Amino acid sequence: MTDVLPLVEHFALGLDAPICLTWELTYACNLACSHCLSSSGRRDPRELSTAQAKAVIDELQRMQVFYVNIGGGEPTVRADFWELLDYATAHDVGVKFSTNGIRLDAEAARRIAANSYVDVQISIDGATAEVNDAVRGQGSYDVAVQALQHLADVGVSAKLSVVCTRHNISQLDAFKAIADRFGAQLRLTRLRPSGRGADVWDELHPTQAQQRELYDWLVLHGEGVLTGDSFFHLAAYGEALPGLNLCGAGRVVCLIDPVGDVYACPFAIHDAFLAGNVLGEGGFARVWRESELFLELREPQSGGTCRSCDQYDACRGGCMAAKFFTGLPLDGPDPECVKGHGELGLAAVAPGTAPKPSLDHSHKGGVRGGPVPIQIGRRRPDKACDENPLSALIP
Amino acid sequence: MLDLAFDLSPGVSIRPESFGALLYHFGTRRLSFLKDPRLLAVVQQLPGSASAREACLSAGLAADELPAYARALTTLVATDMIKERT
Repeated sequence: MTDVLPLVEHFALGLDAPICLTWELTYACNLACSHCLSSSGRRDPRELSTAQAKAVIDELQRMQVFYVNIGGGEPTVRADFWELLDYATAHDVGVKFSTNGIRLDAEAARRIAANSYVDVQISIDGATAEVNDAVRGQGSYDVAVQALQHLADVGVSAKLSVVCTRHNISQLDAFKAIADRFGAQLRLTRLRPSGRGADVWDELHPTQAQQRELYDWLVLHGEGVLTGDSFFHLAAYGEALPGLNLCGAGRVVCLIDPVGDVYACPFAIHDAFLAGNVLGEGGFARVWRESELFLELREPQSGGTCRSCDQYDACRGGCMAAKFFTGLPLDGPDPECVKGHGELGLAAVAPGTAPKPSLDHSHKGGVRGGPVPIQIGRRRPDKACDENPLSALIP
Repeated sequence: MLDLAFDLSPGVSIRPESFGALLYHFGTRRLSFLKDPRLLAVVQQLPGSASAREACLSAGLAADELPAYARALTTLVATDMIKERT
């Protein structure tokens, strides 16, 4: 007899349908966040039509995909956004959508409140406008807070969705306070070197000390804080964090992009992880069940150079996309390996050789009020050969 | 527990998988896993049965297996996946 427990071993071999999937409805976005995982900005002329999107929903209903995580780009700028949302929930496909809040006025909030199968995530990457706007663009903090207010006004418990960076790890308590103020739930996720994120990863990804701080904070707050299971590489510190501690790419999750292309995961928009297109013969179900790439991902993994590490069973080598876009081998350590093995690997990657994203829909020339990176505490070494970060502090 | 009758809670869907099934509750957004095809069979029998015991026996369980399955059903009640019929 067995009990009602998560079954990592089955999941690693894949399921008949994803548990949930990410569906980016458009590459269009009013913002130009410096770390955008899908290099969004401009709409792609080949994006799925309303009828095509509804056909995808019909198929998800048949496959019993219980909910989709809708994102973009900024999904709410699609003219048929609310129509698709209502269509999905009327067809037993729950919707969780991520937005920067630009279209989330009082009327939209009422609409969300009236549909019990919809969850909304407001993205914010700093607990202060200064830290947030440096990454997401001028004014974006105020827009997000306004959206949270509209949702709180109609009694909707939103999710406050934060990508953890070097500049906001010190603000975890402040994020929690903002979430509490609006009756929202905090969701923290990992910064990946995907899309434009590759360009800023070196400056923005948390330091080793910050990773430890984040891990301790997550352990302290347990299931009260959502993580999208994105920090399983931190399990190598000891105790596993709540959730599925494995890479679900092509096994329990995947991405459908705005043109209907199916990738192994939302952070892997690259030809190497492209499994097919929902418009092809057999539709999404065939891509999920039969594509060569997904079948390969469901094969037992060798573990590669990580196999000899005593923590391999905890972190399972970390995030595939993070390795790929930093130029590391997929069967070796994660670039943010808590044991430091990733840093050694990164030092061996020749500059400029990491794979670039296959697509780029970034705004040409940026947007007004676009992000301006902040520089904090980074003094040049006093001498060319002086790499000691403490040197400036020694009198 | 075994003498009571149960139904699936409103808003709960079952998706069979090779290892058993996924249960999703659209109201609580909670996902549960039935790791055992026989437990899935029991859950599927519940709505048509006068008691949990009857559902277990219809699913082909032996009498000495009932306590373990009763514990699993108790977990499903606690997470509101199934509900006592009233």
